[in-house]
Amino acid sequence: MPKKVHVQTTINGETVEFLCEPRQSLLEVLRDELGMTGAKEGCNNGNCGACSVILDGRLVNSCIVLGVETEGKTVETVEGLAEPGKLHPIQEIFLEDAALQCGICTPGFIVATKALLDKNPNPTEYEVRYWLAGNLCRCTGYDKIVRAVLDSAQIMSSEVGA
Amino acid sequence: MSEKKEYKVIGTRPIRHDGVDKVTGRALYGADFQTTGLLHGKVLRSRHAHARIKSIDTSRAEAHPDVKAVVTAADLPTAADKIADLGESAVNLKYLCDNILASDKALYTGHAVAALAASDPHTAEEALELIDVEYEVLPPVLEVREAMEDDAPLLHENLKTDAMGEKSEESSNVASHFQHKKGDIDTGFAEADVVIEHDFVTGTVHQGYIEPHNATALYNPDGQLTIWCSTQGAFAVRQQVSEILQIPVSKVKVVPMEIGGGFGGKISVYLEPVAALLSKKSGRPVKVLMNRAEVFEATGPTPASYIRVKMGVTNDGRITAAEGYLAFEAGAYPGSPVGAGAMCIFSPYNIPNGLIDGYDVVVNKPKSNAYRAPGATNAEFAAETVVDEICEKLGMDPLEFRILNGAEEGVSRIDGPVFPRIGCIEATEAAKEHPHYEAPLEGENRGRGVASGFWFNVGLKSSVAINVNPDGTISLVEGSTDIGGTRASIAMQAAEVLGIPAESVYPTVVDTNSVGYTDVTGGSRTAFATGYAAYEAAQDVKQQMTERAAKLWEVDAAEVQFADGDFVCVNGKDERMSFKELAARLDEVGGPVTGRASVDPTGVGGAFATHIVDVEVDPDTGKVEILRYTATQDAGKAVHPSYVEGQMQGGVTQGIGWALNEEYIYDKDGRMSNASFLDYRMPTCLDLPMIDTVIVEVPNPGHPYGVRGVGEVPIVPPPAAIANAIYRAIGVRMKELPMSPGRILKTMGKL
Repeated sequence: MPKKVHVQTTINGETVEFLCEPRQSLLEVLRDELGMTGAKEGCNNGNCGACSVILDGRLVNSCIVLGVETEGKTVETVEGLAEPGKLHPIQEIFLEDAALQCGICTPGFIVATKALLDKNPNPTEYEVRYWLAGNLCRCTGYDKIVRAVLDSAQIMSSEVGA
Repeated sequence: MSEKKEYKVIGTRPIRHDGVDKVTGRALYGADFQTTGLLHGKVLRSRHAHARIKSIDTSRAEAHPDVKAVVTAADLPTAADKIADLGESAVNLKYLCDNILASDKALYTGHAVAALAASDPHTAEEALELIDVEYEVLPPVLEVREAMEDDAPLLHENLKTDAMGEKSEESSNVASHFQHKKGDIDTGFAEADVVIEHDFVTGTVHQGYIEPHNATALYNPDGQLTIWCSTQGAFAVRQQVSEILQIPVSKVKVVPMEIGGGFGGKISVYLEPVAALLSKKSGRPVKVLMNRAEVFEATGPTPASYIRVKMGVTNDGRITAAEGYLAFEAGAYPGSPVGAGAMCIFSPYNIPNGLIDGYDVVVNKPKSNAYRAPGATNAEFAAETVVDEICEKLGMDPLEFRILNGAEEGVSRIDGPVFPRIGCIEATEAAKEHPHYEAPLEGENRGRGVASGFWFNVGLKSSVAINVNPDGTISLVEGSTDIGGTRASIAMQAAEVLGIPAESVYPTVVDTNSVGYTDVTGGSRTAFATGYAAYEAAQDVKQQMTERAAKLWEVDAAEVQFADGDFVCVNGKDERMSFKELAARLDEVGGPVTGRASVDPTGVGGAFATHIVDVEVDPDTGKVEILRYTATQDAGKAVHPSYVEGQMQGGVTQGIGWALNEEYIYDKDGRMSNASFLDYRMPTCLDLPMIDTVIVEVPNPGHPYGVRGVGEVPIVPPPAAIANAIYRAIGVRMKELPMSPGRILKTMGKL
């Protein structure tokens, strides 16, 4: 077995150090080494988006990023979105709009939505669908998810404006 | 129960109780479970679709320092050729065991042959190469009609056809043949002016839940086995594990973790007994997770099928006769959903004369499993396409035809049952009245199609316990795993009885030692039957609380009534207390109140849906785009309308995937060529428009709030509705699923 590598990175605003094998994915590091199980494994080859995280501002599938690649970088996961005592507006609206059923894809969709709205605060329905095409949901038919993203954009923009 | 009832909680849209955990990533699914000393298991799978296992040598793997246990079929108790009772269904125990770990033959690519546990998943995966299996490779049979041929390779040398109760002399891949008859089929066709007959082929598809199968097991030295897993039925896992390992059910505790989708595919066990055996051998807890390729190759799927439909009508549009021939691929072991397909195929219609033949046929593919209205989508794709052609020949509006011939109360299905009050015609009328149906659809290569669907729904057993808290809330303990928001719909039914808000109920899904027996979350039964149990348990609480109020007021219990959320003294004393006020005073009059109920309701009431779809076909590529979609459905009474809409939209989308893209592609040796989410193409949000829904409410007389199951029927109409729309768009009738670009071009004569 190859020697483990020491990695220092920033996860949800906190400096984190870990040891990982060079072959371990970021998803494995998050889940198995750091106990952060919000990112889910659906396919382990970059096709379902259930493991979505934001790496240096860019939406990635953490199952196809190596743990060692995060050295010196910034990682945002679903666990970092809510503030003490208050859900992130995207989380609130996913609940209000009933935009989840089994919930396994939900953390990935919420992280992907955050990445979209960080870049494009007022997306069209087509832009939402295009951006989220990398996240699979098998329960909802996406209707309520797309509506929740559009509602989130509207509410977050109006909060910024106020 | 025909009058409209007013409810306070039923029909509202509260935030689901498990919502916060699910949007923050805190909810624990099967793979998220951790415990001290955990080992990781991996399964060695056959790369041959059909092979005799001559020998398995595990010695090299056992010698590996990091490998803590290796198991094969030899570690399973000898499987007698007996029938295992699994509550909902009976299964031959040898087949059940052989599908967990193959003993004498590997019957599909991906069939589990051995498993091992090691200190970490990567080591376990690498160590699989140290298990030496010697195979005698046999020719596979991969298609239902080929498997029915006399000279087809036999999967099971001892399998005889059960033909309407009679066992065949010769061995065969046909496990069973059954027949349903109504009226006289020859007279029926003689009365017809128009007769249409076609045959249809549907592909093998997977349920496609995003969460792979998982199981963690701990076999303690005292013989007590605990299993943590994602399942549609904790008690079903307990029963199967008990049968496979030949231990009493009381020795098995199943802890249902959150489940990331199931759609029927997470009822059968695959990993649980393997993890248990590995834990028994290693003395440590063992977690086994499937990867996505294993999910495709070794679980699910719902079967490919060959179906022939013949229908006769009079010139004024009355169906006189219908005949169906259904041959379904069971996969490696008997037990396809052909029986359910036969129950549904013509059931949206009142048909005087009918004949249905069903065949359950084994092939070298994974053992087939339930998938949302199992069997109905295959069957009704065929029937609803024939109905569309009949309407075209008669020059009749296809929804008017469906209303004219629609099933209603008192009509008997061809397979026998007589319908209670149902909403078949109402759901079709709602489609006809929807603005979508009359909206102009302009442009070339565009067409509009409709189709209806039926699923019978099931009842089965459920248990609920309710504990009253002193702050006026209740905790509700249930055994139905929550796949899509049923904590809310069950809690709301208890809240309605007790006159408290939905938010005052704290529902919890618990393990098999902590609640009464509860059947699987499946058959569209959970909001209906577990909801029924919640209703009865709440009635029990109400009764006990009434007695407590009487005790407080020192009156007879008959003098206390519960109305509008308050206990009221009706003997002239001016006493009144809300549920909350009384809950705070229970300790003064006897202590805590716990209500409970176990039910087995039978009045399920079937589910009907009618869908309208607009498509555009690209004549150069054969690609079909869904432009607009509207689904109507009778929900009886929608407990939480948002989640009813969600079930409809999700079912429609799975139906669209089945219609247009999804299929298992095998090479000639029986290896699946597309076992990934990239190549097995499920719909993404970019492939779809918004999906409009119309909830029709024809209350089910078999439930106190009129609830019908809603989860399954919406997957049924889409393939036929889309096929009918494609016909209107480009003039070709598609009789094969999926209607992928290549198949469309081929049917158009362009390939």
